[in-house]
Formats: sequence, structure tokens, C-alpha cells
Amino acid sequence: MFDTALTAKDLVFLAQGAGMTLFVTAISVFFGTIMGIIFGVIRYQIGPWWAAPLTFVLDVFRSIPLLIQLVLANAFVTTVLGLRVSGFTVACSVLSLYTAAYCSEIVRGGIEAVPPTLRRAARSLGMTWGQDMTYVVLPLATRVALPSWIGLALGVMKDSALVYIVQVVELLKSTQTLITRLQEPLFLLMICGLFYFLISFPIARFGGYLEKRWSND
Amino acid sequence: MFNYNFRWNQALNSLPDMLEGALVTMEIAILSMVIGITVAILLTLFRLSGNRILYAIATTWVEIARNTPALFQIYMVHFGLGGFGIHLSPYMSLLIGIAFNNAGYLTENFRGALKAIPETQTRAARSLGMSPLQAFQNVILPQMLRISFLPMTNQMVWAILMTSLGAVVAMNTDLYGVTSELNARTFRTFELFAIAAVIFYLITKAITLSARLLAARLFRY
Repeated sequence: MFDTALTAKDLVFLAQGAGMTLFVTAISVFFGTIMGIIFGVIRYQIGPWWAAPLTFVLDVFRSIPLLIQLVLANAFVTTVLGLRVSGFTVACSVLSLYTAAYCSEIVRGGIEAVPPTLRRAARSLGMTWGQDMTYVVLPLATRVALPSWIGLALGVMKDSALVYIVQVVELLKSTQTLITRLQEPLFLLMICGLFYFLISFPIARFGGYLEKRWSND
Repeated sequence: MFNYNFRWNQALNSLPDMLEGALVTMEIAILSMVIGITVAILLTLFRLSGNRILYAIATTWVEIARNTPALFQIYMVHFGLGGFGIHLSPYMSLLIGIAFNNAGYLTENFRGALKAIPETQTRAARSLGMSPLQAFQNVILPQMLRISFLPMTNQMVWAILMTSLGAVVAMNTDLYGVTSELNARTFRTFELFAIAAVIFYLITKAITLSARLLAARLFRY
């Protein structure tokens, strides 16, 4: 009933694609989170009016399709600036900024969830701003923000499927290549989908568990 | 500063074509939202029905929609169904793919909204003599839709952004498709996609703004 032209070599090719997906995701989430935390704290600290330009720029990353961001960034760097930059670098940079845009929103929400009275109490005890941030805000904001952050990281992993447009061969692209050659779309797509699902599902469940576990009521 | 001649005129000349593409994009997004909301309400009913099989169907749908890339879903609709001998046009594939995704995410949103509605309301409605379906339709559903109005707006924005994924099924009438086709002809990649980006930005802003106005109008106490 079941025979396929899929060879071990093809499986390795798919695995390489999967590795690329995870690699791009890891880099983007890492740098995106760092930038997101910085932007989020800045946005909270200087207030909505002064942060308006930053908010606008970050909002642009959330209002334009990632595919267009990637094409645009690639065209800008390679043809307008005339630099020789690999698609991989472009993909990681764009995805990092994209992550940062969402992450800053999560961070800001987390900080806002800490009751201001609590922070004032910390400051009146003589804590500095930095101490207040690390010992009071960080633990409490993390509780609020971590489930959303996990969702974001998974979202970035799923969105990283779009980096094929800048010639990065990730999981979906390698599946496409194999489909073109083997002409077995359904079977290959099942493998590809299963991979995404097996990574995403347990982590999403874990995020849901944390959300339930850490909620105050 | 740049060794690149920007030719905005050339790109701007094709603006009418791109605006037409933007209309198709909006059309797909709106249709996919309408289908998505309808299916999501159905799936929510499945979840509430207490029937194991229906519950499993709803849960499977939601988990697949939420745990695989939208690009994969659209690809699956186009080429995966092709494996069963069902060949859809790019337009239909894109629409079904996005609607599938919308339905999954919206069902999850509805679940969150349902948590905010006290269960006693259902019981009160039932003891007034309403059938389970009546209770859902007249008591729960309106509140559920109101609570999840903001997530629905977000999903609408997502639907707009997702239409760009039609590229993978050779869709060439939506905004992204039109832009990349013009790009293949003129090679003004940066200018063309910059214009497309601006159009996308304006569409999403228009949607969030009108949703906010609508919410202020609808949900006034």
C-alpha cells in the first residue's frame, strides 16, 4: 500500500531544512527578545508621548506582512546599498526586529501589570530604580509576560517559514524542493507539518500550563 | 549617497494596478473572516456539545491551525488536496487556507471569552425554558462576540497580512501577487514593495481605527 521514492538522503535534506528553521528561530528570538526588553522598558519609562516615534516604528513591523518586510529589506541591502549580504543575515535581522516589535509590547504589558503602589513601596524602602526593576518588577512581570513570550517564540518559528523568499532553505522550502522532484505532495507535507506540530504543540501546552499555574486566581 | 537610481515614477505608474490588488486582498480577508467566524462559532458549539467526537474534531482543528505555519496550511490546501484529486484555484486555496487558520485562532479566542461568562447564566436561561441552543444563541453568543471583539480585530489584521502568503500558490491578483508580478517585469523591487508596504500599512490602520470606532458605537452602555 505504501511505497515512496523518499530516500535516506532526502530525509537528511529535510532534517537540514528543519535545522535551519530552528537555527533562524533561535537567533531571531534571542536577539529579538533582548531588543524587545530594551525597547519595552524604554517605552514604559519615557511615557507614551515621548515614545511615540519608537512605537510607530515598532508598529510598522507589525502592520506589514513579513514577506514584504523580507523582500524590502533584501532589496534595500543588496541593490540600494549594494552590499554583499547573505539571505540568512537579512532573514535573521528582519525576524529579530519583527520579534522585538511584538516582544516590546509584551514587556510593556508585563511592567504595567506590576501595581505602581508596590513599586513606590519598593522605592520608599530605599531601593534604587535598578533594584526595583530587578527584584520587584522582573519577577512579577515575568509571570505575566512569559506565557505570551512563549506564544511569540512559537509564532516566530512558524513565521520563519517565510524566509524562503530570501533564499534561505528552511523546512518548508526543502519540502517544496522534494515535492517538485518526487511528486508526492501529500506525504511530504505531512512530514513537514508533523515536524512543526511536534515542536510547537508541547511548548504551546507548556505555555498554557504556566499561564494557568501562575495566574493569581 | 546611494549608487542606486530610485525610479519612483515608474513604480507609481502601476499604483492603480496595485490598488486593485489591494481590493482583492481586502475581499479575501473579509470573506475569510466571515467564514472563519462562522466556523469558529460552530467549533465552539462542538466543544460545548459534550459529544466526544465533535469535541475531538474541534480540538484537532484548533491545534493544527495554531501549531503549524499559515504558509504550510495554504500550501497544504493547494497541493495537499491536489493529492486527493481536488484541484482548487489559487484564489480558493488562499481563501480556504486563511479561513482555516482564522477559525482555529478564533475558536481559541471564543474559549477564552466563554470563561468570562458565568456558567450560572446558561443555567438561568435554561430554567427560563430555553433550549440549550436558544440559551447559547440568545444569551451566550452575543456576550462572547462582544468580549472577543478586540481579538477578532487582531485576527482581521492577521488575515490581511496572511493574504501575502498567496505567493506560494501562485496567486497573482492580490496586492502581493500584483506587486511581485510587476517586479518580475520591471525589476524595481525596492520601489514597488515599498509602495505595497505603505498600502498594507494603511489598510491595517484603517481596519484597527474603524474597529475602534465600531466598538465605541456598538458597546456603549
